[in-house]
Amino acid sequence: MSSTQSTPGNASAIDMSQFFQVFFDEAAEHLADMETQLLAVDPAEPDAESLNAIFRAAHSIKGGSGTFGFTDMAELTHEAETLLDRLRKRELQITVPMIDTLLEAGDVLRAQLARHRGESREQVDAAPIVRRLNALASETNEPQAAARSLSLQFTLIAQANFDMLLADLSRLGEITTLQGPDAGRNCKVGLLTDADDAEISVRLRTAAEPASIQVSVSGQESAPVADPGYGFFSDDPAPVRAEPADPGYGFFTDAPAAPGASAPHAAATESAASWGRRSTDDPNVVTAPAGRRGSDKQVVSPNGDSSSIRVGVDKVDQLINLVGELVITQAMLSQKAARLAAGENVDLSTGMADLERNTRDLQESVMSIRMLPMSFVFNRFPRMLRDLAAKLGKQVELKTIGEQTELDKGVIEKIADPMNHLVRNSVDHGIELPEERLAAGKPAHGTLTLRAYHQGGNIVIEVADDGKGLDRSKILAKATERGLKVSEAMSDQEVWLLIFEPGFSTADKVTDVSGRGVGMDVVKKNILALGGSVELESATGHGTRVIVRLPLTLAIMDGMSIAVRGDTYIIPLASVVELLQPGSREIKTVSGQGRVVEVRSEYLPVVSLSEVFGGESREADDKESIMVIVEVDGAKTALLVDELVGQHQVVVKSLEANYRRIPGISGATIMGDGRVALIMDIAALVKLARH
Amino acid sequence: MGQMEDMGSRIAAGVTGELNEFLTFTLGAEEYGIDILKVKEIRGYDAVTRIANAPEYIKGVINLRGTIVPIVDMRIRFRLGEPRYDQFTVVIILNVAGRVLGMVVDGVSDVITLNAGQVKPAPEFGAALDTQYIIGLGTVEDRMLILVDIEKLMTDGEMALMESAAVAA
Repeated sequence: MSSTQSTPGNASAIDMSQFFQVFFDEAAEHLADMETQLLAVDPAEPDAESLNAIFRAAHSIKGGSGTFGFTDMAELTHEAETLLDRLRKRELQITVPMIDTLLEAGDVLRAQLARHRGESREQVDAAPIVRRLNALASETNEPQAAARSLSLQFTLIAQANFDMLLADLSRLGEITTLQGPDAGRNCKVGLLTDADDAEISVRLRTAAEPASIQVSVSGQESAPVADPGYGFFSDDPAPVRAEPADPGYGFFTDAPAAPGASAPHAAATESAASWGRRSTDDPNVVTAPAGRRGSDKQVVSPNGDSSSIRVGVDKVDQLINLVGELVITQAMLSQKAARLAAGENVDLSTGMADLERNTRDLQESVMSIRMLPMSFVFNRFPRMLRDLAAKLGKQVELKTIGEQTELDKGVIEKIADPMNHLVRNSVDHGIELPEERLAAGKPAHGTLTLRAYHQGGNIVIEVADDGKGLDRSKILAKATERGLKVSEAMSDQEVWLLIFEPGFSTADKVTDVSGRGVGMDVVKKNILALGGSVELESATGHGTRVIVRLPLTLAIMDGMSIAVRGDTYIIPLASVVELLQPGSREIKTVSGQGRVVEVRSEYLPVVSLSEVFGGESREADDKESIMVIVEVDGAKTALLVDELVGQHQVVVKSLEANYRRIPGISGATIMGDGRVALIMDIAALVKLARH
Repeated sequence: MGQMEDMGSRIAAGVTGELNEFLTFTLGAEEYGIDILKVKEIRGYDAVTRIANAPEYIKGVINLRGTIVPIVDMRIRFRLGEPRYDQFTVVIILNVAGRVLGMVVDGVSDVITLNAGQVKPAPEFGAALDTQYIIGLGTVEDRMLILVDIEKLMTDGEMALMESAAVAA
């Protein structure tokens, strides 16, 4: 019997590893879905549909992990599923400890998933959580009168785990007799149960060939074959219910189409085919009873009604590259055509205008593929806030506005951590304890607002709380203590910016939530590295608002093109403060080496780019060159350049892909004439020039 | 498909295999050969953007259909031939170690097929090119070809074409 254990080894007839990624992605989605739904459950009045949705998510994870041989995940989800099953059947009333335990189970599952993915090596001990789930679910079921004795005959599919199936069946009733599986994987199981046919069908479908299943009743009379609702016991292999394929559950919907799914080995074709059928059948079977139990409500896809396909980022990036090329070619062509046509050839010029418009539309559409909604970041906060608030004894309500605002995938991934810090800070330092809030005449629960919106070519993300606000005198005292130069005359704005200094924390005591003073400076550094900026507004007693501005995409940047020694370079426009012609303004030397220039009674260090990029000094030309004043890390520097060329939006390309890092250069771009221009890394450049 | 597999098995057999195709090019008076499968394309020398503070033989980067590709002048690197840049200057675009790069040579001659018997081991000699990069010496009629392991040469740390981490990988 145990020889039918479903392990990757057993499934080796087809190469399972190619589906692992699909499973990992889907499982992560189901976990996220489970968490969202769990957080939305109101213990006093649980919504039947969301309980069903949670159960289905757990069931999908269990099915997938069993198929792929991740037994640890399968065991844990099995326990969670047992509890969820009883909850959705109203055999148990959902309680807050149950939600907490299920959330924790989700965390453990996530850790297990990370380990299978190879992202972490940590062994996860699931035993405690399994025990707790078990305890919660183990209130014994009252045996019901309508027990029937059934005889189930079926053929196991190749990937099925017979033991797990038996465990599953035994939860429905008592297994009385058992034969098989024999060489043909045929089995016969006697089952004394009160469960209805749909229940049995869900269990059996996960492991048996649908066409092979035969059920006969040996006890009381019953006519399962006549049950038209499921058609399960007929030999018809067609899906039980013609519900539209649901992307949320189509665990393997793309598997049959995946390259090589039709099996490199001819011998595997049969099992692959049955496997494919089983997997597409699976969701229908699961949702069918749920739909009925969920009374009048339709089964709603948790992913909403938008259909989508999964595409590798590298494919999208390749597409973006190709379109970038097309834009350059189009620009070159239209330059040539303008010279050629010069009013004579109207057809050509209208054609070129059409081409230009189409190309621009195409570029916009392609760039939008990489865009993801802010909800990817915001969605993690409900859970975090719940845990934080519980730990700190605070009441916090989360409001999110503009989750649909889209942002480049690269930026989204990099903004998540800084956002985490900001939210933690707000809850820990900003929002007061309920009694303090009541004393201050505010509602007991604080409100944390996350808002995202577009402004010009930027996206603005705000983290606002209605807490106690920053304490000016405390910050000033702390700054003095840390030896920073401060004075009472500083404006509020300047004082607030102090909290972004390294090692700055005004928390009275260090908690494990925040207060160690590593955070705000890292937040600022990360945001600056993305080409963004941070601002802070605060009103004592009313709250604090952090405003983060970010470029929409890392792939496109506003740049100023300049010429140095005949080569074109790009300076990121974000770091340019102003342009000056030194003219008569004198560049003075300090102790014979460093040069400075006075701009509006400020002495700025002067860096000659032709020196940095050429190696030789040409002081005689300095008067003819142009000064670009740039600001990095709050310090201004005057860059001497030979010529100003223009201002463009440039597509950022990697130099490291085929070459290596160049000191003082952050990347490259392709100009309208097809030539490469290097993009300056101003921070590194200024540092480079100092040494 | 069959042809491709055929070619694949030949590559798999490596340099010791029965037949290998080499692209031959000249540097000064010497003739070199590299595995044709490492060659992506051959193009003229045009629109190279200089990189400040790079070694002299790294001429800069070009835009190869949207990809930034570095250009190495082998004539400067190995002090062979006169570095001249005109409409006859040839750049061989290579695909080595998952990267694309271009190398400037004096001229590209042809593609020849060598069998194992035509390849002789290179003697130890003080050539411009270290013998560790030389697969062997090929003979075709009265021509002598220096067969170079171009991947090994280009990924070498001394070429300074990649981060040292990438070289170690």
